[in-house]
Parts: sequence; structure tokens; C-alpha cells
Amino acid sequence: MLPELGHFALILAMLLALLQAFFGIAGPAMGRDRWVSATMSAVAGQLVMVATAVGCLVMSFVDFDFSVRYVAENSNSALPLFYRIAALWGAHEGSLLLWILLLACWTAVVAIATQRLPRRFVARVLGVLGFLSFGFLLFTLVTSNPFLRLEPPAPDGIDLNPLLQDPGLASHPPVLYTGYVGLAVAFSFACAAMLEGRADPIWARWTRPWATAAWAFLTCGITLGSWWSYYTLGWGGYWAWDPVENASFMPWLVGTALIHSLAVTDKRGLFKSWTLLLSVLGFSLSLIGTFLVRSGVLVSVHSFAADPSRGTAILIFLILAIGGALALYAWRAPTLRSTAGFELAARESFLLFNNILLVIAAATVFGGTLAPLIAEALGQGALSVGAPYFRPTFLLPILPLLALLSIGIHASWKRGHLGERTRAILATLAIALALALAVVLGVYAGRHCLAVVGLTLGGWIILSSLIDPIDRMRRRLSLPRSILGMTLAHIGLGVAVIALSIVEPYTVERDIALGNGESARVGAYDFKLIGTREVEGPNYSAVRAEVVISRNGHVVTTLLPEKREYWVRKQVGTVAGIKNEYGTDLFVALGDDLGAGRWSLRAQIRPMITLLWLGPVLMAFGGFYALTDRRYRLARAAESVPAGAAGPAGAANERMA
Amino acid sequence: MKGQGMGEQRVARQGAAGRRAAAGGATQYEHGAAAPADQEHGAAEPAAASAKPRFNRFIIPLAAFLGIAAVLAVGIINSRSVGVIQSPLIGKPAPAWSLPVLDGGGRTFGSKDLAGKWYVLNVWGSWCYACKDEHEELLKISRSSSVPLIGIDWNDDDAQARNYLANLGNPYRMVTTDHDGHVVIDWGVYGAPETFLVNPEGMVVYKQTGAMTPEVWEKEFASRLPAALADRGS
Repeated sequence: MLPELGHFALILAMLLALLQAFFGIAGPAMGRDRWVSATMSAVAGQLVMVATAVGCLVMSFVDFDFSVRYVAENSNSALPLFYRIAALWGAHEGSLLLWILLLACWTAVVAIATQRLPRRFVARVLGVLGFLSFGFLLFTLVTSNPFLRLEPPAPDGIDLNPLLQDPGLASHPPVLYTGYVGLAVAFSFACAAMLEGRADPIWARWTRPWATAAWAFLTCGITLGSWWSYYTLGWGGYWAWDPVENASFMPWLVGTALIHSLAVTDKRGLFKSWTLLLSVLGFSLSLIGTFLVRSGVLVSVHSFAADPSRGTAILIFLILAIGGALALYAWRAPTLRSTAGFELAARESFLLFNNILLVIAAATVFGGTLAPLIAEALGQGALSVGAPYFRPTFLLPILPLLALLSIGIHASWKRGHLGERTRAILATLAIALALALAVVLGVYAGRHCLAVVGLTLGGWIILSSLIDPIDRMRRRLSLPRSILGMTLAHIGLGVAVIALSIVEPYTVERDIALGNGESARVGAYDFKLIGTREVEGPNYSAVRAEVVISRNGHVVTTLLPEKREYWVRKQVGTVAGIKNEYGTDLFVALGDDLGAGRWSLRAQIRPMITLLWLGPVLMAFGGFYALTDRRYRLARAAESVPAGAAGPAGAANERMA
Repeated sequence: MKGQGMGEQRVARQGAAGRRAAAGGATQYEHGAAAPADQEHGAAEPAAASAKPRFNRFIIPLAAFLGIAAVLAVGIINSRSVGVIQSPLIGKPAPAWSLPVLDGGGRTFGSKDLAGKWYVLNVWGSWCYACKDEHEELLKISRSSSVPLIGIDWNDDDAQARNYLANLGNPYRMVTTDHDGHVVIDWGVYGAPETFLVNPEGMVVYKQTGAMTPEVWEKEFASRLPAALADRGS
């Protein structure tokens, strides 16, 4: 019964999304206020229906209903409850359902939080969001229905993919999708602005918190994904330039450009058409990312559900949504003109460079990701693009970006004077360079040029970001949350840059073969295999090794890496043993049984890797903190003004007051 | 922030204008600070007028996107033929194997019994429902063609397997059982069902991952078999 109810709810949700799209877009266009009001009802109804559908599928998992194909394919009677719930997004159909749920949630939040904005504008935003929901719901129902039954029911399920049986799974896809889908809000704001034929500083101010929130979620999601692959995939890589990783990184890069460009449009009324384009591009890249993951066009460790017929359906949706938005852009953008000017060293210039460099970075990643496809389309045969391409081409735009950041944050709007800050900027650069040289020459013996550059830039960003807050505190000036949030995010970036500058060149990695009682030296540490034994988990059996790591004869830690065989799927999973010591990870993964009691082991020493997780966490926190700024909360304060006294247009003014 | 304060004043003034406009029903909220008049006309009369004499550079993103979409479309067309998981066994000798026959009273059956013959090997299990999808097709093949269809019942309970074949019909010339999956691992099976075509020299000629379909049988299996085996002449 439950699956049928869920299926039915999903169909109703699709119809409501269609109504939402129609009323939201046609209502304002034809000046029908009743239709505008109906948009809100459709939003509420759609959320309820989608939540019902998700609830039904979750209950089927919880109740071990193996007559549902998706449940039988992705869970098992031995699978613990926690993973049975997380199994909801363990494969293609459920992931789509999660995507739809998040889109419905974002839509509802937009509907609630924009009550003080002009109703017709809001209706248009909701209408565009409704169109996106409709597309995803239709796609799910036609090609990827998670409620299909099995006849007769399976006696037991074939279990959740072992790679996904990890706490990282529970949090990584939902958070990442929240970011992906959040970009749909900025996309819809841009489309609504273009439908109305105007984009102005007020529009930018309305859009900013949504873009920042989506960006912060995306930051968290990518970091969690990286952390998850580092700990779960077993071989200690945190970033592989895999197509699916790139698919999440490109929207992030464009999203980063967007939040900076929105700032310029908000404060100075410039870059309007550019900001609109970035709003459209950010979500477009998340859609293309979905396409790459789901269609099986690109082979990746993550593409668990490749199906060309799904690819065709997504591509059609992609062309309608992105093509439609870009056609709207081609039509409307020429009418937007900025007349204000600015001097060369003004903040606008720095943000322009920030945008250009970020978009170039995104383009290089995009090109590298699609190169195999393009080569194939041109009949050039299989082409594989990996880190050797991505690393240098990505660094090329990113290094100047990092350098300009430290200067740009001190530039003022419109006028090209750094003023008395010039000396402070140069002083922080000198300190950062000295510290970088000290670290590279003193702590790590190897002389890596890039490490010095990276450490200098990272340190400079942190020190330079601190100048303004310290100055404000000394002069007893207020420090708005948006500025503090920005500072935190920039410091987070600096921390991540420092981490990468150390982790990349100074990681020691060795594959060693050890028998019981033997040891091998890796870096400054000795790895000794004590022995192996069989252990049993709820749905797997495993070999667990005991490895003692010591430094200069002193035992540092004992690690217990495992190699698991999951019973039902007969799949092998690796659980690495990791010990963090002062920010450095000591890492051991268990490889193959070489016979005669000997095992292959992969040992790694990754210095300062903790900072690599800390940096992005700081960035995301900065983003979220900036959202709590007064300037975005003024909508709330405006609610105390008697409603109806001002009308929609008046409400917009109150926000500005 | 000085700049911000100035901007606010200006916008507030225009906001008042916007309110008047809203009262007149023309607009919902005020325009940007830059060039309101310009925008208004632009909105009413699309870019056609200004775009005619000059190239509309705002069309570039759309053109670029359509180019990318074309590449993706070609990618989809290619992936239909290329995306299949190829077995490294193809063109190589099939692994030697021998397994107990289902209900055979300890009798074994394997590659030795099939030496010098074409045969089709199907890996299945009563627990595998994709196998149920292809079962009808296997029955049809067993009726229409005379190539021996050998089943390996993988990781299964004998009673359940017997039940399964009794209910759905038995397409196999011989059913062997692989309880611990050792032989199936030798064949590099990714997941049931999988179907292999082996020639008289003991070479793996083709491997189908996933359910057998009439198209796959015709195109990949029957076409490789000698006509006498592919077709019973029906």
C-alpha cells in the first residue's frame, strides 16, 4: 500500500509543480493576481506531496519491504536501521527523490522568506522553481520510479553498496544536493528578473543571501565528499579530478564568482548582465553535473546508475531549462546598461578580476572534464584527462587570484586608492614570505618552489584579512556580521591554501609488503605488522590487521585497518586505519593477501591534512555567519510596519531604509 | 561604508517614484539606479531594434551552450555502443571448471564435458530478479536453438533453485551449482545474470552483462553461432 501511496503522491506533486510553474509565470505576465496567489498554494501542496512520497519510501526501507524493487536493490535484512534510512539516496532513483525533496524545501523557504518582496516578482521566482520541480518529477516518474514493485517479492535484498555504508554517506549527498539545489534559487531569481525585464541593485540584494547560502552548503558538501572518499575509498586520496568531483567543483567556482559579482551589483549597480549570467551558469553547471553523473556518458567511480535513456531525458530537460534561460538572457541582457564608472585600482576592478579568473578556472575544469567526450565526438578515440592536466591549468588562474585577494579586500569602491593600507599590505606580504621560507627550509627539508609560493599566498591572505577587523576594533568601530563572515571565509581559504601547499609536496606514500612481526620505515615512522585476524560485522566478514607505528623507537599508535567482504553483494570494502597526530595523518590501508602470512599494505604520512578540512569548514561558516547580518534581516524588521500601508513596492523601500 | 549610505539615499528616492508607478499599475518595484528609462523601453521592445545593426554579444552563452549540448548528445549516442562492460575474458580461453549438478546425486559437470562444442553459459540465482526478467527469453532460446544452454546456479539454496525452475520452467540443458562462488569468480562475473558464449576451441567469444534480450541474442549470440546451432530450422 505505502509504495502505491508514495507513487500517487509523486504524481500529484508533479501536477502541482506544473500548476506552480503556470500560475507563477503566466499570472504576473497576464496581470492576474488570483493566479499569483494560487502559486503559493501550489508550493505548499507540492511540498506536502513530495514529503509524503519520501516518507513512504523511507517506511518501505524501515519495514524491510523487499517487494519494492528499489528497497530490494539497496538494502538487506542485515543492514542496520541507520543505513536503511541513508539507503534512500544510495542509488539513482532515491537520489533524485532527495533532490526533488530539497528543491521543494528550498521553494517553500523562498515562499516564506520573501513575503515582503513584490508578490509578482516572487510568483515568477516560484514559477521558475516550479518548472524545475516539474522537470525533475516528470523525469523521475517516467525513467526512474523508485516505487516499482517486484513480482514476486524478493526474499531478501541485495544490500546497500558497501562504499556507501559509512557515516560520510549519511551526510555528504544531502548537504551537497542542498548546495546544488540552492543554486536553483539564484537561477530563478535571475530568470524572474529577466522576465520582468530588469535587474538592479535591489534585485542583487534580494538574491545575495540565497546565493551565499547555496555556496556555503556546496562548500560543506564538497568537503564532506572529499573527506568521505579519503576515509572510505580506502586509498587515501582526497581529490582525484574525477568527473563527478569536477561536476560539484565547477558550480562552486562559478558560485564563488557569483557571490562576489552580486556584491558589486548590490553596492554599485554594475556588472548587471554579468551577474545574471553567473546566476544562470551556476545552476546550469549543477544540472550538467547531474547529467554527467546519471547518464553514464562519462565513466567515474561515482556513476552507479548509468543508463543512456535517462541521459537522453536529462539532456532534453537540460536544453529546455538552460537553453531557455540563456535565450531569455540573450533577449533581455542587451537592455541592461551600467553607466557608472570606476578607476583601475578600485574594488570593482579587483572583483572583476576575481570573476574573470574564477570563470577561467571553472572553464579549464569544464574543458578537462568534457575533453574525453569531445575527442570521442570528433572520432579521436579514447582520451583520458587527469591530474597532470588539471593541476597546472587550474593553478594558472588561481595563483594570481589568491595574490589579488590580499590586495583587493583593502580597495575602496569607485576610487582607486589603497591609501594608508599600502604599507600594511606590504608588511603582511613580507611576514608571510618569511614564515613560508622558515617552514619550507626549517620544518620540511625539501625545497619545493610551489610550496613556498602557496604558503606565502595562504599566509598573506590570512594576515591581510585580519588588518581591517583589527583596525576597526582598535578604532572601536562596529564590525558588521557580513564583513566578519567575509573575513572568516577568506581566512578559511588561506588555511586551505596553506594545507594544500604542505600536503601536496610533503606527503610520503609507500606500498609495503610485510609478514607478521616485520616492519618497514616510511618517512620518519616505522610501520610494524603485528598480525591479522578474522572479525565479523553485522553484514560482512573482515580481515583486520594490527599495525604498530613508532617514531624513534617510541610507539605512537596502533592502527587496525580492515578489509571487508560484504556477504550479500560479495563486494570488498577497505577501511583504513588512520591516526591524526598534530594535524598529520598516519594512514594504513590493508591490501592483498600475498600468501604465507604476508600482506601488502599502503602506508601514508600526510602532514597538515587536518587544515585541509578546517579551511573549507571556516569558509562555509563565514558564509552562514554573513547571512545573519542585519542588512539581510531588515525584511523581518519591516514586518512591524503596518501591512498594506506601503504595498509591495513600499516594502522594498523599507528593506533599503 | 560611505558608498553604501549614498546608494541608499538614492534608491530611497527612486523607491518613492516606484511606489507611484506601482499605484498606476505600470510596475511592481523601482528600477536600478543606472538608467531606468533605457530599461523600460528595452523591456517593452525587445532587443530587436538595437541588435539589428550590431552583433548581440549576449547570444554567445546560448550558442556556446548549444555546442556543449551537441557534444553531450553525441556522447549519449556513443555510450550506447561503448558503455557496455567488456569482459577481459573475451578472446581468451574460458576458465576450466567443474561443478556439482543440481539434484545430480554428487555428479559433476564442467568444461571437460563441453570440450569441442559451442555452448552458452548463464549465471543465475533464484534470489536474482533480473534473472526472472530474462527467464522467458532463455526459455524461448532453448526452444528455438540447439546450442547447449548451461546454467550455473550461483550462491543459492538447492531447494529454492528447484522451486524456481519448477515454477518458471527449465531452459537449461544442464544446471550446475556454485555454492561458494569460486567458479563464478574465475569467470569474472560482475553480478547475475551474465551470459557467456564459448566456442569449440574453449574461447570466450562474447559476454552479456545483465538480462538477455531478443535483440542481444540475435545480434551478439545467434550471429556468432554456426547456422545449424543458432536455429533449429523452425
